[in-house]
Amino acid sequence: MGTIHRIDVSESANISVVRFTDKKIIDPEAIQELGQELFDLVEKDDRKKLVLNFSNVEFLSSAALGKLITFEKKAKRHDAELILSNISPEIYQVFSITNLDKLFQIKDSEADALAVL
Amino acid sequence: MSTNNAPKTIQCALPSSLTAYHDLVQQILDSLTKLEWQAGELFGVHMALEESISNAIRHGNKEDPAKVVHIECQMSADRFWVRICDEGEGYDPSAVPDCCSPENLEVPGGRGLALISAYMSSVEHSICGKCLTMEKLKTVPPAG
Repeated sequence: MGTIHRIDVSESANISVVRFTDKKIIDPEAIQELGQELFDLVEKDDRKKLVLNFSNVEFLSSAALGKLITFEKKAKRHDAELILSNISPEIYQVFSITNLDKLFQIKDSEADALAVL
Repeated sequence: MSTNNAPKTIQCALPSSLTAYHDLVQQILDSLTKLEWQAGELFGVHMALEESISNAIRHGNKEDPAKVVHIECQMSADRFWVRICDEGEGYDPSAVPDCCSPENLEVPGGRGLALISAYMSSVEHSICGKCLTMEKLKTVPPAG
């Protein structure tokens, strides 16, 4: 039973940059695994500065949004700073329709996100 | 009559599994692509189908393998229409809290209906919430 990673994590200074491996975040099992991998970043690894880079993401469901909201709450609880970046216009519209552009700090590029963390 | 302009129709019954409907969604998107629907419009149709079918399976049929989700869909160059009916107990859509209000921003869930309404031209709930009918009319660029 091989482990499928739903995210790739790289370090830039003391900032963790997270990229999603799935282009379409729809499958319930994949969303569950994605959530756990994200939660581990703040709950197990105690990372305090995170950038979620969405450049690879072409589609995501409201179930995926729900998982991101839970992650945001967990990050806040662990005093971790979280910024989303590289969101395509289509995905940004999803955040905007659901008002989540008010909940998350969003930057155009990874460089912009790194600059403020 | 004008068979070339007759809408393409799909009618099927899907099992109540959250992994069983993606082929159908892709089939619909492929048909609309052939009818020259553009990427932005296809994204909206994809979102509405994803949210409505998964709602019917998860909340309507509660993933009961004895129940199915009935889908009827019509597609043409300028109109997408679909009716999705589950075999659950129904619900009152107006009782679903507004997921987008500031006090509910951090509440996971409840965003599917907001997305469906945003991307479709019209949305109608019937038979006590067991059926969802939605339509998207292709936007025509203004002349000149």
